[in-house]
Amino acid sequence: MNELESKITNERISALEHLKEVLSQESLDAWKQEHLGKASLVMSMLGKMGSFSPEERKTVGQAVNLVRDALEEAFKEKLEVIKRDALMNRMANEKLDVSLPGYPVKRGRFHPINLSMREIYRIFGDMGFQVYSSPEVETDETNFTHLNIPPHHPARDMWDTFYTEDEGVVLRTHTSPGQIRSMRDYYPNPVRVILPGACMRYEQQDQSHEIEFMQFELLAVDKGITFAHLKGTMDDFTKRMFGPTAETRLRPSHFPFTEPSAELDMACIFCGGKGCGVCHGTGWIEIGGCGMVHPRVLEAGGYDPEVYSGFAAGVGIDRTTLLRYHIDDIRYLRNNDVRFLEQF
Amino acid sequence: MKAPLSWIQDYVDLQGLNLEEIGQSLTMIGLEVEEIMLVGLEKPEGIRLENKYSGLPWAKDKFVVAEVLEVNQHPNADKLTLCQLNDGSGEEITVLTGAPNLYPFLGKGRLEKPIKVAYARLGAELYDGHQPGQVLTKLKKAMIRGVESSSMIASDKELGISEEHDGVIFLDDDASVGMPLADYMGDAVFTVAILPNMARDASILGIARELSAVLKRPLKEPKGLALKNGGEIDKKVSLEIREPELNPRFMLGLVENAEARQSPYWVRRRLSLAGMRPIDALVDATNYTMLEIGQPLHAFDYDLLRTRAGGTPTIITRRATEEETLTLLDGSSQKLTTDTEVVSDSKGALSLAGVMGGEESGITAETKSVLLESANWNFINIRKTASRTRLNSEASYRFSRDVHPALAEQALSLCLKRIQEWGGGSVVEGAIDHYPLKREDSLNTIVESDIERILGLQIPLETAKDILERLGFDCVLENGALSAKAPSNRTDIETGLAGKANLIEEISRIYGYDKIPSQRLIGELPPQLGDPMVAFNDLVRDLLVSIGLQDTLAYRMTSVQREAKLLPGAQADPSQKYVRIANPISPERTVMRRTGLSTMLEFIERNMRVANGFALFEIGPVFLPVDGQQLPDEPQRLTIGLWGEKNSLSWSGEKSGKYAFFDLKGILEALFTGLHLENVVWDASEENPTFHPGKFARILSGETLIGVMGEIHPLVRQNYDFAEGPVLAVELYLDKLMPLVGKGFEAKALSAFPAMVEDIALLVDEDVPAERIEELIWRAGGKLLQKVVLFDLFRSEKLGLGKKSLAYQLTYQAFDRTLTVADAAAVRKKISKVLSYEIGAVLRDS
Repeated sequence: MNELESKITNERISALEHLKEVLSQESLDAWKQEHLGKASLVMSMLGKMGSFSPEERKTVGQAVNLVRDALEEAFKEKLEVIKRDALMNRMANEKLDVSLPGYPVKRGRFHPINLSMREIYRIFGDMGFQVYSSPEVETDETNFTHLNIPPHHPARDMWDTFYTEDEGVVLRTHTSPGQIRSMRDYYPNPVRVILPGACMRYEQQDQSHEIEFMQFELLAVDKGITFAHLKGTMDDFTKRMFGPTAETRLRPSHFPFTEPSAELDMACIFCGGKGCGVCHGTGWIEIGGCGMVHPRVLEAGGYDPEVYSGFAAGVGIDRTTLLRYHIDDIRYLRNNDVRFLEQF
Repeated sequence: MKAPLSWIQDYVDLQGLNLEEIGQSLTMIGLEVEEIMLVGLEKPEGIRLENKYSGLPWAKDKFVVAEVLEVNQHPNADKLTLCQLNDGSGEEITVLTGAPNLYPFLGKGRLEKPIKVAYARLGAELYDGHQPGQVLTKLKKAMIRGVESSSMIASDKELGISEEHDGVIFLDDDASVGMPLADYMGDAVFTVAILPNMARDASILGIARELSAVLKRPLKEPKGLALKNGGEIDKKVSLEIREPELNPRFMLGLVENAEARQSPYWVRRRLSLAGMRPIDALVDATNYTMLEIGQPLHAFDYDLLRTRAGGTPTIITRRATEEETLTLLDGSSQKLTTDTEVVSDSKGALSLAGVMGGEESGITAETKSVLLESANWNFINIRKTASRTRLNSEASYRFSRDVHPALAEQALSLCLKRIQEWGGGSVVEGAIDHYPLKREDSLNTIVESDIERILGLQIPLETAKDILERLGFDCVLENGALSAKAPSNRTDIETGLAGKANLIEEISRIYGYDKIPSQRLIGELPPQLGDPMVAFNDLVRDLLVSIGLQDTLAYRMTSVQREAKLLPGAQADPSQKYVRIANPISPERTVMRRTGLSTMLEFIERNMRVANGFALFEIGPVFLPVDGQQLPDEPQRLTIGLWGEKNSLSWSGEKSGKYAFFDLKGILEALFTGLHLENVVWDASEENPTFHPGKFARILSGETLIGVMGEIHPLVRQNYDFAEGPVLAVELYLDKLMPLVGKGFEAKALSAFPAMVEDIALLVDEDVPAERIEELIWRAGGKLLQKVVLFDLFRSEKLGLGKKSLAYQLTYQAFDRTLTVADAAAVRKKISKVLSYEIGAVLRDS
């Protein structure tokens, strides 16, 4: 009996000892065969239970079962370890060179001018301005005369105009004719519009001059619109477009269709106002022209200038885009070189 | 306008202000300073500089006033002289020069009257007189023909005053020896941009007046000779104005026995700094007066006029006659027209009124008597003449911006005084003044609320009155209303509502825009009209970018020839009407484009050299003239262009491939799916000269033609410098497409039961279009059929000539149950039957 018990105990010790040396699935299978298989001591003893006396059967059976449970438990644990080791080994072999470049994904891109336009629409949309498009080929009357620029007026020199072969038809030199068209559409309601689009001017093309360029005009007409509102609106725009630290100033200027008129300057975002190439050493960058709508323009739009007032502002989208992306040559914008466009 | 600081200070005291403060003051009242050129003065230090500076400061210890005591010949060089110089340091210095204007003093021994000069010592930084332009150099010790030289007597050019280098400067007598040159005549020139409504400020006095207004410092007006109408002069010349509309005022003055000699140095220096070349005292006096107050004048040689007239000359201002010609001061011969106003005598035209004088009657070195014209001209007429003749003179610049007629009188009195002072002679008593078209200065009245309503700020009328008065307005403030009469030096103040607006601008400009508060808009919002086309363009742009296309931007201007390249043979179709530009900037841009395809093919052509594949799109208007309509239609177009490798080079091992017809179609299908556009028809029944006849489709939605697409025709390709590989393009008419696209769409519900997927392959005749097969499958499939995908198409010898095999993956699904194999078999059987019956298709064993 003691002999039997010690045999079983020894089997437990030696089997567990043996298991320590097991490192692979194969040797684990062999271990299982040897210690838990049919011919194993434990299993053969369990098979021989019938030959024991009931009393022996109870004690021996109990002991053998304990050993079998222990071995099975040890087997399971070992199996987990071996599986995990195998996984670790496999993964070790699957190690990637993560520094390899990713597979290229084809990405569409917006033209930078259209990116700027979107931003501008969003900013002014938030302030209640609606987009209003008007023709790029315009009548001389709408492009000039209704904007208080009669024929041969010295102010016409401010725009180098492309004329068409049709009498009285020009390529619009600015988005301002949209002021007249939108006022006539909105009359007698208040007006808050943003007038975007291409404008054409007869200029020699160079790094900062284009014969075609994008502009937007802002127009607000209502009772009680003041220069203070113009200042607030343009300051908000500049801060949202160029960042909350952007600083602006209005400087007296002249446009026939506004009175008083101003240039909107922004403290140079490149040098912080110290003076650099972009701001020509002045610390200020010209963003656009603006002012209070001239009484004659209000009249041309149908509004009584003694009751209504309004402000207008015109900003170059090309220029805004050059500033946003630090582009040093306006000609990139319409060359459509994919190497340039792919950067956006 | 170039305004020297020293000159401005004749009229307003700027003591205590540095250049930066003066520059900023000008800029912030609308006289934008483009540059401050230092001519001797130093750049301000220790403050933030917002002006752009250029030029040359003269170090006080290096540049001083000196006097030449004696001029001697250089021992070894004929053209060089050695001057004995007193620079105030107590020691006499020998200075080497080559200045020709010192030759006359050679060998005269000690000069009775020493010559005051600008002396630059060793180490002085100045401009090299022998190099073109302004090249900075530093005076060093050198041996010149055996004589040591380490300093010099400076010329205008070396000091940065003008390009003049023919001799050294002879300073005026008031220069005191030993004084730093910068203290004696150091200056700075403000280059001021003159706005179209500030023509009055194209003068030194005008700029000084603005400064006096903003700085609240008094203005000192220059004083000329007292003039009276008529007198002795009436016997010497008579005047006739034929067109008062074109010549509202004309004045004449006469100086006899003057001399066309050199003006004093300070006059020549000021003219040079202001950008005009000094000539002689007589001409200089007219230019000086013009720069000073803004009124151009013209000087005639009186004796010559007498000779021409054979007695007392009569000056006539009139329109030129047809065929009349005139040779001008610049030597050019001008053919005149009846629109041109001239100043003439009985013999013919003398000068182009307000633009340029004639060669014959101008001042020469021999001139003794000067007949001085101070006139006023119609600015529109001058503007037309100047632009027709392309003569942009200082006079036409000012007259075409409208000079006030009152200035004629002030200018004449000042100029006569200058001629007398600088050129000698005696002024003949009296002046002739014909002023047939009197200018009324505008009178406007405003109240406080007028200002507040526009500015959003209360400015007391007392303050407004003070500002306007400083600008020269004649103001009366009573009963809460301010009446202001415009000064007779400006022509920009209108009457009525415009006049009120003018006054408010003047008040706010001088008061300071920076003092106006910043406020957000309030108030009622306008009715919501929106701009559906802009919104639709954005939707299309979003969809195309989301599937990997590159957005581009096109010029509107092109040429007929460039668009004709879309046709084989590149011959323009004369029936195509264009918006033609009357003054094109280049032969490449003479019309407004009618199509987006031409610009797109040009983008492709250009990019083929820099990339190996791309998918581009562009959204923009085209310009289509319409009979009986003044302005063209400007419908929006979408153009897409594809060429080359679809994917960029990569190590992924996946093969790329080149863009082909079905890539373009796939892009369009994705776009139409995104827009939820239904009933799209790809119609190949017609041809289009731009596209390959077998690879072209018109795109319709229902009955509406919405675009054309395909592969570019091989003969059209020849018109471009294309690299190999198909070029695909589409032009969609967005204006036609937009109304077909709804605001939303009906999303489909999903079935909770599993779907069954099976493949079928069928053999059909080559000429059966795929569209037809798919249509039949859908028809036969009934409501269990959910999805049909063509996944294979092949032809082979085994299949037989004229046959093709198409394989489809079909998905069946029901909303109320799980489908059985029998359900699928039934659908399949029906599809097979319909295909076989309608198009003779044979279902192949899969």
